[in-house]
Amino acid sequence: MSRLRRKREEAPLEARPFDLLCLTAAVVLVLHAMQLPPWLDAPLAVVLALRWWQRRRKPGRAPVYLKLPLVVLLAATVIFHYGNIFGREPGSALAVGLLVLKLLETETPRDAKVAVAFACFTLMAALLSDQGMVATFVVSLGLLPAVASMRALQPARLPTSLRRELLPAFGLLLAALPLSLLAFVLVPRLDSPLWGAPPSGQARTGLSEGMSPGDFVDLLTDNHPALRASFDSEPPAPAQRYFRAYVMWHYDGRRWSTLPTGRQPVPVEYRDSIGYRISLEPTNQRILPALDVPLSAPGNAILGTDRAITSTKPVQDPLTYELRSALSYRLQPELDESSRRRALQLPAEFNPRTLELAGQWRRTFAGRDDLIVKAALALFHEGGFSYTLAPAPLGRDAVDDFLFSTHEGFCEHYASAFTVLMRAAGVPARVVTGYQGGYWNKLGQYLLVRQSDAHAWSEVWLDGRGWIRVDPTAAVRPERVSLGAAAAAAAGQSEWQGIAWLREMRNRWDVVNRWWNEGVIGFDALRQRGLLTPFGVRNTDTTTLSVLLAASSVAFAVIGLIWALWRRRDEDPLRAALRTLERRLAKAGVARRSSEGPQHYLQRAARALPGQREQLDQLMRSYLDLRYAHQTPPPEPLRRFRRAVRDFRPRHVVK
Amino acid sequence: MAMAVAETYRRVQQWAERRLPALTRYRRLESLPIELHRRRIYIVPSGFGAAFGVLLLIMLAGALNYANNAALLLTCLLAAACVSSMLVAFRTLDGLRLSAIQAGHAIAGEPLALQLHVEAGVRLRQAIRVELDGQTHAFAIPVHETLAVEVPLPTEHRGWQPLPRIQLWTSWPLGLFRAWSWLYPEMSVLVWPRPEAAGPPPRSPTDDPIHQRLHHGDDLAALRDYRAGDPQRRIAWKASARHEGLLVKDFEQPRPRLEWRLDWRDLRHLDSESRIARLARWLGEAEARGVPSSLWLPGEEIAHGAGPAHYARCMNALAKLP
Repeated sequence: MSRLRRKREEAPLEARPFDLLCLTAAVVLVLHAMQLPPWLDAPLAVVLALRWWQRRRKPGRAPVYLKLPLVVLLAATVIFHYGNIFGREPGSALAVGLLVLKLLETETPRDAKVAVAFACFTLMAALLSDQGMVATFVVSLGLLPAVASMRALQPARLPTSLRRELLPAFGLLLAALPLSLLAFVLVPRLDSPLWGAPPSGQARTGLSEGMSPGDFVDLLTDNHPALRASFDSEPPAPAQRYFRAYVMWHYDGRRWSTLPTGRQPVPVEYRDSIGYRISLEPTNQRILPALDVPLSAPGNAILGTDRAITSTKPVQDPLTYELRSALSYRLQPELDESSRRRALQLPAEFNPRTLELAGQWRRTFAGRDDLIVKAALALFHEGGFSYTLAPAPLGRDAVDDFLFSTHEGFCEHYASAFTVLMRAAGVPARVVTGYQGGYWNKLGQYLLVRQSDAHAWSEVWLDGRGWIRVDPTAAVRPERVSLGAAAAAAAGQSEWQGIAWLREMRNRWDVVNRWWNEGVIGFDALRQRGLLTPFGVRNTDTTTLSVLLAASSVAFAVIGLIWALWRRRDEDPLRAALRTLERRLAKAGVARRSSEGPQHYLQRAARALPGQREQLDQLMRSYLDLRYAHQTPPPEPLRRFRRAVRDFRPRHVVK
Repeated sequence: MAMAVAETYRRVQQWAERRLPALTRYRRLESLPIELHRRRIYIVPSGFGAAFGVLLLIMLAGALNYANNAALLLTCLLAAACVSSMLVAFRTLDGLRLSAIQAGHAIAGEPLALQLHVEAGVRLRQAIRVELDGQTHAFAIPVHETLAVEVPLPTEHRGWQPLPRIQLWTSWPLGLFRAWSWLYPEMSVLVWPRPEAAGPPPRSPTDDPIHQRLHHGDDLAALRDYRAGDPQRRIAWKASARHEGLLVKDFEQPRPRLEWRLDWRDLRHLDSESRIARLARWLGEAEARGVPSSLWLPGEEIAHGAGPAHYARCMNALAKLP
């Protein structure tokens, strides 16, 4: 018997499930295509197509001498490309490859089941690199062919078209949606990972701890969102939208970099402040950009000496934090000696012409630092400088080259040159990088800041006013501040204008992404604890969540059972009426036997209930007439019969 | 080894069935028609379902560990779809009706064709399997239709054989859950006796040679029109020459005036099973040659007759002998 069973299971796979399986593998391949190197994508696609074509012609497993080298080749390719076989990306690449190779030996329903299960796993792996709403939706649709393959593996189905195969799978997923959403909300999240979570693959390169002119080129053309900010009151004016990230003190002639920061923030005097909330896209860095001068740090973060906020761990998933910032303020009114020294530091033997010009200014304006600032801004404004994202390269004396020969560059060049000029002229100055500008989304009432809004500016310390922001780029191209980097570059690069409407659409569409990021991706352990706050429960702990999950699962089970047990009523009203009559008579002690026809039964009932013989005879005659004298029972007598049945009340048998 | 295990399993099963009727989920004898309903349908995850559940747990752990909510959502969606498929499996069996069982004829030792008449009711039924004596047959029934599912039933001895338990099961739609119901119809099928392999022909009163020769037809009986396939040497060439078409000589056929009187009492020298086997063989030969036969059995006498119905009647009578 066991041999028989085995033989039966090894029946070859039919064509339809195999087609669906190939479709599943193709969907998985497409979803991973962006992450895999193209020279792995293409061969896998070819192998898949060849296998499909081969099995259509003549079923049969691929021979071992073909499979084995392919597996070895796949592993070797992955190791060669990623240098490792473990980890998120090489693991995904290997899994996708193995799925395609698994199809080479898929000949029985058993193989197909293994392949489908594995395909579901690789579908999930596709989400490890991109958690976006569109990606999640597309990957969920990728479940369709997988579920349809599982269905197609069942024997003895009524034949349908390939398109029709996907429809019931869609229905099943749709019906499962409410339960899955509930489970999603209630499954207790982990406070800390069970095992080491490697750095997320979804963080984009954003700002970095160092800055040298030219670094931002990639960033300024990257249209991915960097952060979204919503304000408690009116949003600040466009010229006020400076999000500070890194404060850079040290200059080595080529590169600006941050210094180790203390934990004691410098004092700030301010008149009014603004409250806001920032949703930060993953950056893989610790810095949390904040509008202008933040007054305190959010939880799990430190407010540094320069009032730059550093998180305790790198931001690997979308993060939301709330802050208050001052927009008109006096930052660090008193500058101590060591800070002043650091704010005047310049590398020796660099940029002689710049030093000379600065020395000249220092002599001319004799201690009037504000006039020196004005002179420098006037130089940028009137000295024939232009704003471009593709400036000429600079030599060893970068600031000299920029100020006196190339005259072109973008925010980094201006901020760097301006700060060097200030320091050389004896004005304490530093470079600040962050984001400036953003798109105000009216529909969502939030400010969308993209990576392309990255910006660099300077802060100078003036006696009695503290650190004040000076944006030398604004002197050259005021649009950069009022309209954004793209508009500023537009004058030089006409291609930007052609896709302006596209940008506009993307900006509007972003409201959905924001909702997704905040509502779904950002739903972490912390937010989950606050789940029941509207119902008065401050802290929803794991036990409560488990109880809730169990209770609502029971509720869903009840709904499911009601659906499962619900049977459509008999459509035949005549038979239904007879059933009612039978039920009533059965209660009176005359149950219909399974061998009894309606005539016999009702005659027997009439004998058993002599008091109602007339009625029962009448009912029997009308039933027989309705059932057998017509093809379909005529409506009016049928109604009469049903009424008669309804009115019939058997009196109990009198013995 | 495997045999011993199977035997042990069967014993444990029998013991459990006797002592724990509520747990073993087997049905007692019941009369047709049988309609499946919630109190007699059971569901457990299949092997594949259990493995898939483990996979879902791995996916869940991964999604939670990486704090990847999109992956968690996908895992929840897949898991919810899998759980929902359990209800679909139940609904596939719920309301299914076994209205009648029609038994074919078979001699002992050969499989008997059983026709199970299954009514779909208001739902479409797909991938339903009927398992009888270790053999499985899959079928699908459209809405409101009745299907006669043919299942072979192994037989051993002649006579009445009660139907074994029949299992109707399905793993529709995803193969993750197995829903089943046991049917134990109170019904027996009649198995015909197995004819002996070889033996003497029946002694017949019409066996004498004179009688036979009388019916040997070599005489020309008539001429008739040529029909395709008539042998050439039969053609009456002279007669045909005077006629429009070809004429063929029709010879008188030997009339099958044979008839076999098969009598239980003629076989006194044999034991009763051997008598039955011999009578069965003779009946088979008579049926094959088209010879009318009559049968005398203790307690039953069947008059002359021929054809399948007659044969079946005689065989039934033989099968029912004590």
